[in-house]
Amino acid sequence: MSTTTVVPASGATAVIGQRMRRLEDGRLVRGEGAYVDDLDERGAGHVAFLRSPHAHAAIRSIDVARAAALPGVIAVFTYADLGAAGGPLPVVSPHDDLTHPVSPTPLAAGAVHFVGEPVAMVVAEDRYVAEDAAELIAVDYEERPVVVDLEAAAADGAVLVHASAPGNRAGRSRQRVGDPDAAFAVAPVVVRRRVVVERSAGMPLETRGVMARYDPRTRALEVWDSTQAPTSIRAGLAGLLGLDEDDVRVVAPDVGGGFGTKVHLFYPEELLVPWAAVRLGRLVKWVEDRAEHFVGSHHERRQIHDVELAAEEDGRIIAIRDHFLHDNGAYSSYGLDVPLVAACQIAGPYRIPHIDVAFDAIYTNTTEVSPYRGCGRPQACMALESTVDALADELGLDRMELRRRNLIAPAEFPYVRDGLTFADGKTVVLDSGDYAPALDCVLAALDYDGFAAEQARARADGRLIGLGLACYIEGTGLGPYEGARVRVRPDGRVAVAAGVATQGQSHATTLAQVVAEVLTVPMTSVIVVTGDTAAFANGAGSYASRSAVVAGNAVHRAASTVRAKALRLGAAMLDASPGEVELREGAVVRLDDGRAVSLAQIAASSNPLLYGLHDADPPPAAAYGDDGPPLPDGEEPGLDAVGYYSPTAATWASGVHGAIVEIDPQTYEVAWRRYVCAHDCGTVLNPTVVEGQVIGGIAQGVGGALYERMSYDERGQLRNASFMEFLMPYATEVPPIEVHHVETRSPLNELGLKGVGEAGAIPPPAVLVSAVRDALKHLGVDVSSAPLSPTELFDRVSART
Amino acid sequence: MTGDGERRAVRLRVNGDEVQRTVDTRLLLSDFLRHELGLTGTHVGCEHGVCGACTVMIDGRTARSCLTLVVQCEGRAVTTIEGISPDDGTLTAVQQAIHEAHGLQCGFCTPGFVMAITEFVAEQRGRHDFSDAEIRAALAGNLCRCTGYQGLVAATRAALRDALARQARPLDASADRER
Repeated sequence: MSTTTVVPASGATAVIGQRMRRLEDGRLVRGEGAYVDDLDERGAGHVAFLRSPHAHAAIRSIDVARAAALPGVIAVFTYADLGAAGGPLPVVSPHDDLTHPVSPTPLAAGAVHFVGEPVAMVVAEDRYVAEDAAELIAVDYEERPVVVDLEAAAADGAVLVHASAPGNRAGRSRQRVGDPDAAFAVAPVVVRRRVVVERSAGMPLETRGVMARYDPRTRALEVWDSTQAPTSIRAGLAGLLGLDEDDVRVVAPDVGGGFGTKVHLFYPEELLVPWAAVRLGRLVKWVEDRAEHFVGSHHERRQIHDVELAAEEDGRIIAIRDHFLHDNGAYSSYGLDVPLVAACQIAGPYRIPHIDVAFDAIYTNTTEVSPYRGCGRPQACMALESTVDALADELGLDRMELRRRNLIAPAEFPYVRDGLTFADGKTVVLDSGDYAPALDCVLAALDYDGFAAEQARARADGRLIGLGLACYIEGTGLGPYEGARVRVRPDGRVAVAAGVATQGQSHATTLAQVVAEVLTVPMTSVIVVTGDTAAFANGAGSYASRSAVVAGNAVHRAASTVRAKALRLGAAMLDASPGEVELREGAVVRLDDGRAVSLAQIAASSNPLLYGLHDADPPPAAAYGDDGPPLPDGEEPGLDAVGYYSPTAATWASGVHGAIVEIDPQTYEVAWRRYVCAHDCGTVLNPTVVEGQVIGGIAQGVGGALYERMSYDERGQLRNASFMEFLMPYATEVPPIEVHHVETRSPLNELGLKGVGEAGAIPPPAVLVSAVRDALKHLGVDVSSAPLSPTELFDRVSART
Repeated sequence: MTGDGERRAVRLRVNGDEVQRTVDTRLLLSDFLRHELGLTGTHVGCEHGVCGACTVMIDGRTARSCLTLVVQCEGRAVTTIEGISPDDGTLTAVQQAIHEAHGLQCGFCTPGFVMAITEFVAEQRGRHDFSDAEIRAALAGNLCRCTGYQGLVAATRAALRDALARQARPLDASADRER
């Protein structure tokens, strides 16, 4: 894999920016991880759910008698048992445009609206018995008409998913920049395109799971949840269960992938398992199996865009208009973030003065939709980039030259899109970037200039090759804030606790790099804890490409506070003035004679309770001196600080991906011959970690481009609810990826970071469409949908030849 | 386990230790290892034999423990990630290679890949010049959703080189002496 810094960051520092090996690997690679299903479950009541087999039905009655009587069954619950906990689950992200929100109740209350909706909960001595019991529950359903197809659900007179949502509309939105109607009216060139993206899902390799223990004596609730947002779960559970927040602890243990699928809250099971623990006064556990995951964990991606670009004859793009349908699934308890993010990214990195983007969020009798890596950006990227390619054809311009002419230039930042609102509720302002070098880098790497000739030679040989490219931008680093605590322990190690959670993003390493840099200690002495509300409870969670930016800067601030105190106290302990000392190798050192006190000594010395309890060889003088109280007014014990970072606005990352594909002329399978990406996430904390994130995202994008499609039938049955038929890429389906880093530091935070977690997943489907279109253009075949299957390509080519 | 299923005594070796239990005949090997024996390093990703997270060795060959009933293992030797990993807390060459090549992120698929790569490397008799495509084919029995496989391919390549370097090769050694 080649890795080249294209625009090097200035001021590279010792540990930040280095390819440090991960601290968390030793246990994981030995199989010593502790995921939810691995935790001590002795004495647990095991849960299985009875889920609806119908996409839309009224429930006339539920008879649990036979199930409850099965030996080994502890309890069987339905909606009738839930009481105050049975209300509709809260909406995560309310919005004025979400005019007809509908949330599910934790167990179905008289009706079901998608296959897989939980109807009853069994608690038993083990999972096998619980599943046996679930099969004995008799539910009398009265089936109702079902609507699954997105356009059918959006059409006049469609079958209604919810009586409370006319036209199956959860909400509609329209945002405008400038005067798009006027621009379209006078534009000499207009191209229109329909872009279709099929439903897919994050599919982390670890399914969801929740375990909860309630002790009725102490009224303490402990929850272990495979979630991306334990702090939010804790805050919600306390309210929903009528407990004191201080009595609730939520831990996200090792989590086997999240990808957005595990950020939604509350999934019904996340409330029901703790509720059952409280109700039964014991340990209760549920782990999803994969078949459940397919229907019970959220999906994303399905959108249909009708997009138009208006341009001058010289290729300047003047306006974009996009109206899209967004498939919400049966409920809208996450909110409208997916289509809103898609909408605000619709103009990409281009200078387009007039923008008109509107969507209808539509209910269908399918699994609910909430963000999956990219959160609407992949769809917007496909809609835009596919239409830019079509515009190039219409204008007779080279498609890369067309892009170059329209890319926002560095001098134009901050670039304001007044009328477009990002997920933080603020106007879209692209703070920084340098798009042209990324484009140049990818084109050079693919030898774009020589490709036409190569393609001609291939065609003469009966081979079909094509070159595809897509540009993207990504709003990252969303607030409201994150926090972290940094504490130097008397043994010299540094304990870091942050409010974000981890599902593989290497926080234990990258956050340790920040602290190691600031405190001049070895990374191996920094211990990072994430995802435990007992360690740190204030924060939002890991999603939306925000952890490095927001938690990274919070950790930096906390560590900087510790550093400043260490220098102040260390200088006093060394009888030096602040200018006479420096922090070096974990110690405050006098510049003249080299006398030093270690951070450990300062930590012990500044906490009067610790005198004599730790080896300080010999015990140093008390850090605060002998006059006054042992802990002077205004001081806190030890080297221990909390820091918060709250972004004023999103910071915008960007990139360009390009690929060469070959289509087999007989099987129509698509093979990737080259895949190159140039991405800009500002300061790179750890290039290896960042590349891993980008490549991992690209692999999911490859899945979305060629393979992943949730296949519902007209009755709302998910026909491919297994890995045998929902195809995800193996190593053979993902090409070697060449990653190039571009760095435009973010001006919005001290570390200059931009988010990168989702970046890789954004452009691949657009790249694939672009490449296939290029490969088949001489046959008059056009494509604008994802995923593209060999059968579809065969059909399109056959129709033309 | 209750219910009206049949129960049967089973005796097998797990990581070199003799294990005897009476189990429900429908109990999966994956569940037996994880919940009866507490060997939670073997993970369950799909329960239909596709993802490979549950990969163990049965009589020295990799197998899907989620598709194996524990009663099918009567008299057999099962090796899990815990049995592969050195007792002193260090890493095998394959594990070290995966770590150095950043071949894991969330770690959930990792034990399965360790088993698969360990078997693949052990099967090669000195051959190390695999193409990228060949290595990817060798890894195509295991799903990873985090890494995009690039680090795992690099790790496999490194592990092959390492195995080659460790192999005793008398013929090559004599050729060296003659030079």
